[in-house]
Amino acid sequence: MCGVCGCGAGEVRIEGGGQEALLPGRYRPLRGPVAFGFFPGRSSGQGGERTRRLRVERDILALNDTEAGANRRWLMARRILALNLVSSPGAGKTSLLVRTVEALQGRWPVAVIEGDQQTCFDAERIRATGVAALQINTGKGCHLDARMVGRALPGLKPVEGSLLFIENVGNLVCPAAFDLGEAAKVVVLSVTEGDDKPLKYPDMFAAARLMLLNKTDLLPYVDFSVERALEFARRINPQLEVLLLSARTGEGMDAWLAWLEARAVDAGGAGARDQGRPEQAGQEAQRSCC
Amino acid sequence: MHEMSLAESIRGIVDEARERNPFERVRTVVLALGELAAVEPESLRFCFDAVMKGGPAEGAELRIEQVPGQGWCRACASSMVLHALYEPCPACGAYGVEVTGGNRMQVLELEVE
Repeated sequence: MCGVCGCGAGEVRIEGGGQEALLPGRYRPLRGPVAFGFFPGRSSGQGGERTRRLRVERDILALNDTEAGANRRWLMARRILALNLVSSPGAGKTSLLVRTVEALQGRWPVAVIEGDQQTCFDAERIRATGVAALQINTGKGCHLDARMVGRALPGLKPVEGSLLFIENVGNLVCPAAFDLGEAAKVVVLSVTEGDDKPLKYPDMFAAARLMLLNKTDLLPYVDFSVERALEFARRINPQLEVLLLSARTGEGMDAWLAWLEARAVDAGGAGARDQGRPEQAGQEAQRSCC
Repeated sequence: MHEMSLAESIRGIVDEARERNPFERVRTVVLALGELAAVEPESLRFCFDAVMKGGPAEGAELRIEQVPGQGWCRACASSMVLHALYEPCPACGAYGVEVTGGNRMQVLELEVE
């Protein structure tokens, strides 16, 4: 396990999809031309002529990015707007999602992928509203990656033109680096956290398109300066859009729903025709976990 | 931050390279690590040793070449070396400097036998 945040090569479990040992043999060779230069004759002193150097020049996240690209094509071909919700644990992502899917019911088809280390509690909360949800348990993993989402999509079967929320593992650090194929990352910050969080965890605020400042109903009771939080967030990301809301009271929800509808118009205009991921199209989902 | 996942990806890149250019074992893995790539080199070393066990790169040396962060100021259009995402522009003091380099992480080359 990673000594910094506890991430590790645990076992991923997707509802209906069984378990996947992440090591060994997780990797599939990439399709398409990849340049691996071979430089015989250049050898280090230590190993003598037995050693040779292979020029690789591959991005370490290239494997994830390839999977994310496939997810994005799959989603765009179906005009599905996918949003990756990220925050620290307890910022209110799931409560916000429950409130959001309830408000959208009958207006817009919604599906949800839930990411947590353990339990199906969050997916069950979403399903209680009548909306389709699939839980991914990352085991010891500290973030969702594109491959997990790619495996979950055919099981969840989000309908054409729908809205897909991907609720990431509660973690303001690691999910910033992993593209899942989403249209945008939405970072949720709550007023019960520090207003200096954008500076303390800059990568997430740099990666996000929208920041939702949640739990505004608690502002009278906490030492949280909205002005300071926004100034810090925009130092990191000047283009960051910001909305203030309370998932508990419903204050500010209208602006969030309007933001979603504006993004849906963008997604409907997307021109991709690539159906992608045919190898997974036939997989069936089962709703039996936990 | 997610160094274990990154170490697993490095192992994947080693396996791919081996499929294309078979070798017995890896003596050295050379990485280019951007200063703004949000990776802790010491943590990555720890994870690297753990993840490479049982594979062709078990016991390999991990050589990390640090790539300095680079930025461009939207306000005054000057370029600079950038050590952190939230630093103001040293020329004009404005925040929101755009990152133009040093945010990637690459496996540059493998020394194999």
